[in-house]
Amino acid sequence: MKLERINTPKELLERYKAYSCMLGLRVDGGAKNTAFEREILVCGGTGCVSSDSSIIVDNLNEELAKHGLSGKIQVIKTGCFGFCEKGPIVLVQPDNVFYTMVKPSDAAEIVESHIVNGKRVERLLYEEPSMKQKIEKSKDMPFYKKQMRIALRNCGIINPENIMEYIAADGYQALSKCLTEMDGDAVINHMKQSGLRGRGGGGFPTGVKWEAAKKFRSPEKFIICNADEGDPGAFMDRSILEGDPCSVLESMTIAGYAVGADIGYIYIRAEYPLAIHRLQVAIAQSREIGMLGKNILGSGFNFDIELKFGAGAFVCGEETALIRSIEGKRGEPTTKPPFPAESGVWEKPTCVNNVETYANIPPIILKGAQWYSSIGTEKSKGTKVFALAGKINNVGLVEVPMGTTLREIIYDIGGGIRGGKEFKSVQTGGPSGGCITKENLDTPITYENLTAIGSMMGSGGMIVMDETDCMVNVAKFYLEFTLDESCGKCTPCRVGNKRLHEMLTSITEGKAEPNTMEKLEALANTIKKTSLCGLGQTSPNPVLSTMRFFRDEYLDHINNHKCTAGVCKNLMSYHIIEDKCVGCTACARNCPVGCITGKVKQPHTIDQEKCIKCGACYQKCKFSAIEIR
Amino acid sequence: MSTTAQSCTPQGAAKAMFDELDTFIDSLGIDKKSNRRKGDLIRILHQAQTIFGYLPEEVQIHVANRLSIHHSEVSGVISFYNYFTTEPKGKCHVAVCMGTACFVKGADKILAEFEKELGIKAGQVTEDMEFSIDIVRCIGACGLAPVVTVGEKVYGRLNVADVKTILSQYKSEVKA
Repeated sequence: MKLERINTPKELLERYKAYSCMLGLRVDGGAKNTAFEREILVCGGTGCVSSDSSIIVDNLNEELAKHGLSGKIQVIKTGCFGFCEKGPIVLVQPDNVFYTMVKPSDAAEIVESHIVNGKRVERLLYEEPSMKQKIEKSKDMPFYKKQMRIALRNCGIINPENIMEYIAADGYQALSKCLTEMDGDAVINHMKQSGLRGRGGGGFPTGVKWEAAKKFRSPEKFIICNADEGDPGAFMDRSILEGDPCSVLESMTIAGYAVGADIGYIYIRAEYPLAIHRLQVAIAQSREIGMLGKNILGSGFNFDIELKFGAGAFVCGEETALIRSIEGKRGEPTTKPPFPAESGVWEKPTCVNNVETYANIPPIILKGAQWYSSIGTEKSKGTKVFALAGKINNVGLVEVPMGTTLREIIYDIGGGIRGGKEFKSVQTGGPSGGCITKENLDTPITYENLTAIGSMMGSGGMIVMDETDCMVNVAKFYLEFTLDESCGKCTPCRVGNKRLHEMLTSITEGKAEPNTMEKLEALANTIKKTSLCGLGQTSPNPVLSTMRFFRDEYLDHINNHKCTAGVCKNLMSYHIIEDKCVGCTACARNCPVGCITGKVKQPHTIDQEKCIKCGACYQKCKFSAIEIR
Repeated sequence: MSTTAQSCTPQGAAKAMFDELDTFIDSLGIDKKSNRRKGDLIRILHQAQTIFGYLPEEVQIHVANRLSIHHSEVSGVISFYNYFTTEPKGKCHVAVCMGTACFVKGADKILAEFEKELGIKAGQVTEDMEFSIDIVRCIGACGLAPVVTVGEKVYGRLNVADVKTILSQYKSEVKA
């Protein structure tokens, strides 16, 4: 498609009016003069694409063509709907019918039954598990009811590869407002008043960060978008880039205008090919219509954006390491000060913000700082996106006002614990964070509250764990991650974490000395105090927080050589319950080391000396006759 | 991607790959005198790894020469980042996600099954160079945990029994 350059704010407004009908079927009260009778929206986020949503799009188009409906019904691949648990998602508009877990083979029925005959496909509707009730509209689903979407406002609504749809969704109006009505200081003041804080983990006020970068005089400054989402289990930045890439470009341009920079870099993980592709498309289209490049909207302001690729180093999420990586060096952090605002990329003033932070900015500019600061709590304003994962029923991406409690997120939105098991803990903040127990489930989520209960906001990953997760093993898992990712520059992090890991391993193997807890605690605190960068300073957090809240579990491992969760292999053994064993021989036949003996139709026994604890017998037994002790 | 008529001889194939890399580097318009020329190094290494499959020493030296920087600087960057490898991977590359969401859903058991089935450990390649296994940290498809990718294809919501089924598809493909 050929896009014409937009030269003035007035032309942008005209273009907005011309394009607004494109979303007419998708938003409440939208323009009705749309070119199509219906639209079928298919989720094109990484999760759903992995479940063949691209084939669903092809099949739908094929079926529509068969019925001669190609010109009347449009199929659109959007960004992530957030309800990943039930993906792939297909939404039919304007009927607002939300189909879940759609397979490519369902395309024929959707077109035939719903589109042609006007009859909804019952079996693909979402069923609310507690009431066993089919729900047709997303806004009636518990998963969506308590959400408030600001950063994710366009995800799952617009086609991320068509900039016209972004313009139809108020795109570039915030930039236009800044360029015509505000100067750099006014933009910064507006950001400060809104109370927006960094969403990447640190929680530093965005306006203050911009002010610092503006203060330093330099002919050259840089704006950076940190899209190196390294926290395992967090995927909101990826979803925003895949679902609404232009909003990030627009906000970076606003930041550039505010601090006086004309170049922006997006530092993105190479592991996100789809997000990279969508960004490349968005950058090309933005240049074509003149929203990037020289003399944006006739204001005389120039700004352009370039992609920089990461290469799999968690530490590069730390801003000084990220800057080294952009310069093509090893991503080793440096001491602060000087802060990047003074000396960043190529030693020039640099302003680094995260993807989700940027995604919040256009609505803040358009709806006002007061509107934004009225949402959330006293010190944590606005909304936060959380990636819910682990042992929870509704895995997905949720955006809620700050101050929402963990219980609301896990039970109301997340639908509770999978398989009716007992909630044990929720881990937030990734490898730098901690575990939160059920005593603290009613804590309202704010930056300060999470820190006070021994965890942190981090980028918003929330991993839910149940009674079958061993907390010592979880702490060990995070430490393995840190060991892999430690850059090795400073000793406390490089050697200290290695020693911590060895101690945890000894605990999980039942070889720990009685005073291991004290040694762990002392070393963990030393690492926190003496490491150079954020990675090292926070790396012992998962250990300290699990030790604080699950002390008994640690002691059980150390003193009684017992892992109640049944995870630590060396501390458990398999036994056959004589009364339940019917002698079917399934266990004996599947034992890889032949340590199970017994006659047909008679109870079997396991030779504990030979057993390698692989669990094959436990899985094969149909009579629950094998127990773990 | 490297597709060329010359690729019938090993030397021809190598030359074609270097030519492709050179074309890419030329397109960047790097100023060899600028102290910012290293800024494109990681991008070039990504491209080189796409073309060659890995980054052997001769490729590293070639890139260093093109940027007028020391080989040690190139090598230092490669060793720092997990994404870069100096060893060739198998034709079918299995990447097991070990992000937290996958971990709590039993990714370690999935990995162990792949290792058992292929007779290699994570980070290794089978002798016939057909399969290799690596651990990756979160590919962001947490909703599908546990997740494995083979080449570019993503397999989600796996259990241990699926491993054999997945591998059998590729094994027959390899033989054919």
